[in-house]
Amino acid sequence: MAYPGRSGPRPAPPPSAPQECAIKAASPPKGAPAGAVTDVAVELHGITKRFPGVVANHDIDITVRRGTVHALVGENGAGKSTLMKILYGMQRPDEGSIAIDGETVELHSPADAISRGVGMVHQHFMLADNFTVLENVVLGAEKLYGIAGKARARIKEISDAYGLGVRPDVLVEDLGVADRQRVEILKVLYRGARTLILDEPTAVLVPQEVDALFDNLRELKSEGLTVLFISHKLGEVLSVADDITVIRRGTTVASVVPSETNPRQLAELMVGSELPSPETRESTVTDTDMLVVDALRLTATDVDGVERAVLDDIDFRIRKGEVLGIAGVEGNGQAELVEAIMGMRDPDAGTITLDGADISHAPTRKRREDGIGYIPEDRHRHGLLLEAPLWENRILGHVTEEPNSRAGLLNPAAARRDTERIVAEYDVRTPGIEVTAASLSGGNQQKLIVGREMSHHPKLLIAAHPTRGWTWAPRRRSGTRSARRAGTAWPCC
Amino acid sequence: MKKLDKERVLLAVAAPVLALAAAFVLTALVLLATGKQPFNAFGIMFDYGVKADSQVYILNKATTYYLAGLAVAIGFRMNLFNIGVDGQYRLAAFFAAVVGGALKLPGLVQIPLILLVAMLVGAMWASIAGLLKVYRGVSEVISTIMLNSLSGIVISYLLVDGRLADLDKQTNIVATDPLPSSSHFFTIPAGGDLDPIWGFIVVAALAGVGFWFLLGRTRFGFDLRAVGRSESAAQASGVNVKRMVLTSMLLSGAMAGLIGMPTLLNDTYQFTSDFPTGVGFTGIAIALLGRNNPVGIGLAAVLWGFLERGANRLEFEGYDKEIVGVMQGVIVLCVVIAYELVRRYGLKRQQQRVGAELAAQAKADKGTDKQETEVPA
Repeated sequence: MAYPGRSGPRPAPPPSAPQECAIKAASPPKGAPAGAVTDVAVELHGITKRFPGVVANHDIDITVRRGTVHALVGENGAGKSTLMKILYGMQRPDEGSIAIDGETVELHSPADAISRGVGMVHQHFMLADNFTVLENVVLGAEKLYGIAGKARARIKEISDAYGLGVRPDVLVEDLGVADRQRVEILKVLYRGARTLILDEPTAVLVPQEVDALFDNLRELKSEGLTVLFISHKLGEVLSVADDITVIRRGTTVASVVPSETNPRQLAELMVGSELPSPETRESTVTDTDMLVVDALRLTATDVDGVERAVLDDIDFRIRKGEVLGIAGVEGNGQAELVEAIMGMRDPDAGTITLDGADISHAPTRKRREDGIGYIPEDRHRHGLLLEAPLWENRILGHVTEEPNSRAGLLNPAAARRDTERIVAEYDVRTPGIEVTAASLSGGNQQKLIVGREMSHHPKLLIAAHPTRGWTWAPRRRSGTRSARRAGTAWPCC
Repeated sequence: MKKLDKERVLLAVAAPVLALAAAFVLTALVLLATGKQPFNAFGIMFDYGVKADSQVYILNKATTYYLAGLAVAIGFRMNLFNIGVDGQYRLAAFFAAVVGGALKLPGLVQIPLILLVAMLVGAMWASIAGLLKVYRGVSEVISTIMLNSLSGIVISYLLVDGRLADLDKQTNIVATDPLPSSSHFFTIPAGGDLDPIWGFIVVAALAGVGFWFLLGRTRFGFDLRAVGRSESAAQASGVNVKRMVLTSMLLSGAMAGLIGMPTLLNDTYQFTSDFPTGVGFTGIAIALLGRNNPVGIGLAAVLWGFLERGANRLEFEGYDKEIVGVMQGVIVLCVVIAYELVRRYGLKRQQQRVGAELAAQAKADKGTDKQETEVPA
C-alpha cells in the first residue's frame, strides 16, 4: 500500500471501509448534515490556526461520535495540542468552525467550553498539592454544589458511577500520579463535562496504571460520555480507541478504525512516508570504550520525604562510533541517568568513565570541556536562556571554550560570527542572531542547540528526546548529519 | 534587523520617560489633594536643583547612591535579593573607621587599607546570608533583613565610649577616632566658594566600569547572568550554582562595603552615631530604577540626589517634605510597572516580527525551492 509523500495529495479512503466514520476526514463533509446527526458530539471543520512563523493547524476536519473513545494521533509537534486548546477555548482558531452537539459555537475561554460540556485533563496536572481532593475539585466551581456535604456527596456519586475510586479527604500531595489523574478527570466530570479531552494521559503512567486508566475510559464511554484522547503511542491507541484520526504537519490526513489498521500503518500515516527499513551499511562501531557506566546508583528524596533509589545498579558501555538507545516509560529514571552522566546529580555509588577517565564526581563544566555534548530533554529548562539573544545562547554551556572566550574573557564578536555560521549551516529560521531564543519556534530552537553542541565536536553526545517538537523532515536531515559527522556514542532516551 | 534595533532603543527610552511622566502626574494629584499648588512645587524643586551648590550636593549624594545601586544590582542580576546592603555597609564603614582611626600610615597605604577592610567586612557579613542560603536553603531575603538588625546591634554595642569609640564631652556625640588627615580622600574643587566635589566619585565611576566589564565581558559574568536568567539552564551548562550564589553574595557585600566610604573619607572622617542609615534601601530603589545597568543606575542616583535636594527646599517654602518621599515611591512603582509592560510588549512584538519575516522568507523561497517551504511546527 502506497502512502503519499510529503507534497502528495491527501490519501484516498481505504478501499474496504465499511463504516462512514472510517473515511470522514479523508473526504471533508462538505454540507454534511451536521445538525441532523445527533450522535455526533463534536465536529471540527476547516480549523486553521497560525502562530508567528508557524501554521500550527490547517484544514482540520474531525467528527467525534458520541459515546466513543476517539484517538487523535500524530507526532510530537504535529499540532495535536494546539487543536485541543482550540476545542477547549484556550485559543481561537483563525478559520473554521466548531460544532458541539450539532450546534455551531464560538469558544472564547475554557469556561465557555465547560458550559458546553467540554472538559480537559491537561498533560501536566493543575492541582494544588496542599489541598484535599475535595477542595481541589470544588475550587472554582463552588457555585455548583457548595463546598461541603453536598459537594462531597456529588464527588462520591461520580467516583462510584465511573469507578474512579477517589477519596475526597486525602491531601493531593499524598497521592500518586495515577490517583492525581483520576482527580483531574473527576474535576472535569464534576463541572458537568460530557466530552473529555485527555492530553497524553499515559505519558506519566506505568503500564498497569495505563490499563486502569483505560478501564476508566471504557466506563465513561459506557455511560454515554465521549473521550478525545491525544497520544502518539500507537499500541495504546489501538487498544482503547473506537476511532482514530491521524494528524500530520498540522492537518488531518486520515481517519481509521483500529480493527482495520496496525501500528506500522499508523506510524506511516503519522510520518507521511514509509518507515525506513533498517539500513545495512558498514558499522561505525569500534571496540574502544567511550563511556562506561558501572553499578551506578542514585537516590533522591521524594515529596513524602522518603529516600528512594531512582537509579539502581545501572551498567552499560558505549563504544566509539556507537549509537545506544535507552528506552522506557517516562519517569523511570532516564532523566536522572542523563543528569548523573552530565554531572547535574551526584551518584551515590558506582562509576562513570569517559574515554578512560573517571568522571563519576567531576563537575558538569569539566565534563562538557572533556567532550560531552548535551541536547536536553527540556530545552527551555536546560538548554536555553529564553530571554537572551541567540548568540548568547550559543555561548551557553561552552563559555570556557573557543570561540566564545579566551583567558577568562568573553569574545562576543567571535561568538556572534560563529552563531551566524550555525544559523546558516543548521538552517535555523531566524531573521538574525540578536533576537531572543524565545521568539524562535521549538524546532528552530532545537536546531540551534544541535548546532551548538556539534560545533564543539563532542566525543559523546547525550540526546534526550532529541526529536521532540520536530517535524519529520528536519529530523531526518539533522539526524543523519549528526551521525555522519560525529561517529560518537549517542544515548537517546 | 536595523529596524528591530531602532525599535528596541525607542522602547528602552520610552519606558523611563513614561514612568517619570506618570509619577509626576500622580504626585501632582497628591499635592492637589493636600490643597497645595503642584506645579509651583515642581518649579521650586527644579530651580533650586539646578543651582551650582545644589549640583555639587547632588553629585556627592549620587556617589553614595551609585555604589549602593551597584551593590544591589549585582544580586539582582542573578535573582538574589540582597536586602542586607544596608547592614553590610554600616558595619563595613564602622570597622573601616575604627581601623583607619587607629593607624597613622601614609595615605597611599592607608586609604587602600581602609577600603580593603570595608570591602572585606561587607563581604563577610553578606557571606553569612550566602552560606545560609547555599547550605541550609534559607531565603536570602529573610536572612539579610535579620542581619540588618544584627549589624545595628553590633555597632551600638561597640560604638560606646571606652570600647571602640570615644565620647566627645562638648558635643555629646560618640564617635570613632578620626582618621589622620593623610587618609582624607582628595576632592575636586568646584570653583568659587562652593563646597568641593568628593573625589570618591572617581572610585564610584571605576566601580561602575568594573561592574560592566565583569558582568558583560568575562566568563564569570556570563555565568552569573545565566544563573539569573535560568538557574536550571545555567546548571546544565556547567555553572556551579551554589558557588555562584556565594560568590555573588560576597561581591555584592564587598561593593556594599564601599557605600560608606565617600562619607567617611570625604566628609565625616569618623563613624558617629548619626552616620547615614538607610542608604542600602535607597540602593534597591536605584537599582530598580536603573534596571541593573551601570549607566541607568548612575542616572537614577543623580535623580535621587536631585529629589532629595529639592525636598530640603520644599520644606523651606511651606510644603510637606514628605511629598518627595511619596514622589520617590511613586517613581519606583511606575518604573517597575512601565518596564515590565514594555518588556512584555517588546517580547511579543519581536516574536511577531520574527514570524512575519519568516513568513515572507518562506513565501520567497516557495518559487525557488519547494523543499524549503515546510514550516516547522
